[in-house]
Amino acid sequence: MTLAEPLEVVPAVAATPALHRRLGLTDAELTAITDLLHRAPNDLELAMFSVMWSEHCSYKSSRSLLRTLPTRGDDVLAGPGEQAGVVRLGDGLAVAFKIESHNHPSAVEPYQGAATGVGGILRDIVAMGARPVALLDALKFGWPTDSATRRLINGVVHGVGGYGNCVGVPTIGGELTFDPSYTANPLVNVMCVGVLREDRIAHAAAPTPGSLAVLYGSTTGRDGIGGASVLASANFDETSAAMRPSVQVGDPFAGKLLIEATLELVERGLLEGLQDLGAAGLTCASSELADRGGTGMRIDLAAVPRREEGMAPFEVMISESQERMLAVVDPARLDEVLEVCRRWGLPAAVVGTVTGDGDVVVVDAGQELARVPARALASESIEIPRLSSPPQRRRNAPAPGETPLAHDGLPERGMDPAAVLEALLGHPNLGSRAWVTTQYDQTVGTDTVAGCERAAGVLRVKGTKRAIVVATDSQPAVALHDPALAASLAVAECARNIAVTGARPLGITNCLNFGDPGVPDAYWQLEQSVRGLRDAATALGIPITGGNVSLYNESPLGRIAPTAQIGIVGVIDDVGDLVGPAFRSQGDLVVVLGEGGPGLVGSTYELLAGSAPEDRPPSLEMTKELALHEVLRRAAAAHLLESAHDVSGGGLAVAVAESAIWGDLGAELQVAVALAPAVALFGESPSRAVVTIKPDRWSELVKLASGLRVACRKLGEVGGQRLRIRLVGVGATGAAEERGAGVADELDVALTDLRRAWDHALPRVMGEG
Amino acid sequence: MSSAYRFSVSIMPRDGILDPAGRAVEAALPELHADNVHAVRVGRRVELTVESDSAAGARATVDSLAADFLANPLIESWAIEEMAG
Amino acid sequence: MKVAVVVFPGSNCDRDAVHGVQLAGAEAELVWHERTDLGGADAVILPGGFAHGDYLRSGAIARFSPVMGAVREHAERGGLTLGICNGFQVLTEARLLPGVLRRNTTLRFEHRWVRLGVERHDTAFTHAVPAGMTLRMPIAHGEGAYWLPEPDLDALEAKGQVVFRYVAPEGNPNGSERAIAGVMNERGNVCGLMPHPERASESMLGSDDGLLLLRSLVESMARVEVAA
Repeated sequence: MTLAEPLEVVPAVAATPALHRRLGLTDAELTAITDLLHRAPNDLELAMFSVMWSEHCSYKSSRSLLRTLPTRGDDVLAGPGEQAGVVRLGDGLAVAFKIESHNHPSAVEPYQGAATGVGGILRDIVAMGARPVALLDALKFGWPTDSATRRLINGVVHGVGGYGNCVGVPTIGGELTFDPSYTANPLVNVMCVGVLREDRIAHAAAPTPGSLAVLYGSTTGRDGIGGASVLASANFDETSAAMRPSVQVGDPFAGKLLIEATLELVERGLLEGLQDLGAAGLTCASSELADRGGTGMRIDLAAVPRREEGMAPFEVMISESQERMLAVVDPARLDEVLEVCRRWGLPAAVVGTVTGDGDVVVVDAGQELARVPARALASESIEIPRLSSPPQRRRNAPAPGETPLAHDGLPERGMDPAAVLEALLGHPNLGSRAWVTTQYDQTVGTDTVAGCERAAGVLRVKGTKRAIVVATDSQPAVALHDPALAASLAVAECARNIAVTGARPLGITNCLNFGDPGVPDAYWQLEQSVRGLRDAATALGIPITGGNVSLYNESPLGRIAPTAQIGIVGVIDDVGDLVGPAFRSQGDLVVVLGEGGPGLVGSTYELLAGSAPEDRPPSLEMTKELALHEVLRRAAAAHLLESAHDVSGGGLAVAVAESAIWGDLGAELQVAVALAPAVALFGESPSRAVVTIKPDRWSELVKLASGLRVACRKLGEVGGQRLRIRLVGVGATGAAEERGAGVADELDVALTDLRRAWDHALPRVMGEG
Repeated sequence: MSSAYRFSVSIMPRDGILDPAGRAVEAALPELHADNVHAVRVGRRVELTVESDSAAGARATVDSLAADFLANPLIESWAIEEMAG
Repeated sequence: MKVAVVVFPGSNCDRDAVHGVQLAGAEAELVWHERTDLGGADAVILPGGFAHGDYLRSGAIARFSPVMGAVREHAERGGLTLGICNGFQVLTEARLLPGVLRRNTTLRFEHRWVRLGVERHDTAFTHAVPAGMTLRMPIAHGEGAYWLPEPDLDALEAKGQVVFRYVAPEGNPNGSERAIAGVMNERGNVCGLMPHPERASESMLGSDDGLLLLRSLVESMARVEVAA
């Protein structure tokens, strides 16, 4: 249902506000609940509505936007509304994947917040019947210049590793971004990928009255009571210390047992339906299972295995104790299900029955304590239309056809391009993530072909010739100016990271991290981002199979940069066609595919050197982006490419430097400067890739690229232990004059210096280098 | 007639054994302006209840548990204390 | 010819070990920790992971699993026993191997590709490794710093029980005494190491050096059986 949010006249605050308000429900929401039930709700029912109608569970502010996203595709087996997206991989296999946030819990308790975030996304994947095979973490923090932020980073990284390492799922990629807007509100987005047999997909539905609801996994305690509603939908500030008791604590050991037991139950076909217990605990799992199955569910509280004594009914119903699942089981298979749980050492109990009346009913000692229509809690919960208005000041990308600016940001007078390149490689947003990723197990599972230091993670699939390729990207710096463009850029970059390996994308997941939707320009950021996401996904023909929305990412220091975190899963049908990003042999030709445009706003260069007041972010043309991906895929399949790497953060110079560092081979190049050297070398204009080929394959590549109208320009040759880039062209001359005499039109730097800068970027800011 | 005896077992790195966790805590102290604190050692504490006919029997159980299981005598020392109640 | 791979609750490299053994040309069977026999296997691998959560000390709880009785018997009969990572920790806790694996001196979980020097080429676990070759493999652990009192280390070295050492260029990743990465018992039939040979058994995954160790084990298994 849709609720108009009236401009409420708030009466003078009474000594104790009404219960519904203390639970975070508005007066209008209480009225809606009363209308739905045709009576006033009791306290337990109110508590159940409060968690299910929270932003976290109901998506009440974002659902109308998310409906506009393209979700269909021939290979989509499960899309939004399921616990994770599932797409067909081939050979009878499918991939389940999803990205989810755990931002606020991580701000309050970094280790447990991050750890339970990993545990939660793992259970979402397992709940689809898939074995988790990879994790990726996209982390955003303020500048690590103060010790509080460094402690936060240490805690989060330790927590991600602590859970993932223990359950034996490799972490094979991610992002680490620093921006002052995240100082008091870090973002912890974790993506998980799983593999399952197509015919063994599990669904979160309870379709058959008479079936039993079996709760298994950890026992139920008071963890996270109010967690979902309080932590996920209200501002938090100095009171966080008092909220600590409600933080969920993760137990990766129990999580591992839960994964193994669940996969055995699914493999043996013992389950009719399955849902993990996350936010809103038993209330969410029971109402969603019943709602999707078109049934009801009767929960007997006395049967719930508990860790603590004296728990109130509402505490049992909304507890967020971790490592629990609710399975729907045919009574004839119950003994087998309980035996599997026993063997894995997991408490299990029949806590309910599927009914035909459409209601979630809570009973205790034979007494009915609550009765609520399942759909009112789940699919038909409220929606709130929000006001949207753009902020006053912003800098958009130029519209198509608009004349670009002649000069948009030059290196400072006398600046040495080699010094700029070293500064960029040594910037924490671009430098090696090894400080983080060496704390993650990247190789458990014996499938990791390429791990964290690459733009995309690659996993071979045992028993097939295929490989899964997965990447995650975001563009918060651009989003501060143009959130729609930023979301499109993030999709484009992420898809490019898939394409450079030779893979084709199968599906997109997204995690939308934004501010208070009640503030019109914050809601505008969300609305614009969803539009950018939709446009880019549609243009590239990649279905969006699900994701997560995290709102109220604000602190007393302000609102975060709008952050649409994109995750894409792709496939290479023959892992032998895989292309890596590292330079491979002396004498290979270095070629840039695609054409750069102007715009330094939102780039890493801008963070170092600033930009002209009239400058803009670079623009994006989806047809060019798609054509580039097509060239990359066909070139990979034809075994034309020795290496391929996308041009993104830090621009062309950083892309070339990374390929050189990873391949331990330098290069001698010439770069044409059309506008200004800074733009040519460090501009982050999209739709480009740096590839290397054997010299005798040049004409083949030219033919392929020109056939698809993709610019293809020879830059030079791989070789030596230095990176040399000579700047040529009109822009170079002009710029050199402005820079003054004595400044070389050449970037010339030893590989060892580049590697040192790149390696030390994080240890340096973390105070360890 | 058996009674319940509650014990705490404090397990510490043995003297002379490098304690990297203690060293790391100590290294963080200047940041907290606690320059007058030193000799930090990090260990762990286990609390348990033993049902036994006698205090001595309970103590013997804890002694053997500590030596065989809770601590690794190669690198750790331990101290057992009976708790009130 | 069959290798038993023990599965403790919390083991997470059990299936990887099976895959590695198969690549090395033998059958492998998963053996649940509650079992009291090894199913007639010719050799046993204790795989990596976090047995029982490793909440007390790595390997401290696993050592009391029912299956460990069978492992001990197998080892005492001269049966080949290999502990990898957490499996190495379990073997030291069970006193089937000397020493203790302490928290990394970096105080962090360390996942790194390291290089191993092979000190002994005449063992059941290393005979397929060509002389002079160093092995590239990943480590992935938080508690892998090998430790023994100085005099015991000297004795260990004198008896030739140090099998693997971390070597340049990456060097010692975790603060192990004398850069020790793997040891064996005096009899030479029980061996443990922190790096993961099963993860370095296919060139596609970055290295197939580890397969030399698994092949050594599989080939030795045949010989041990003949001797018995």
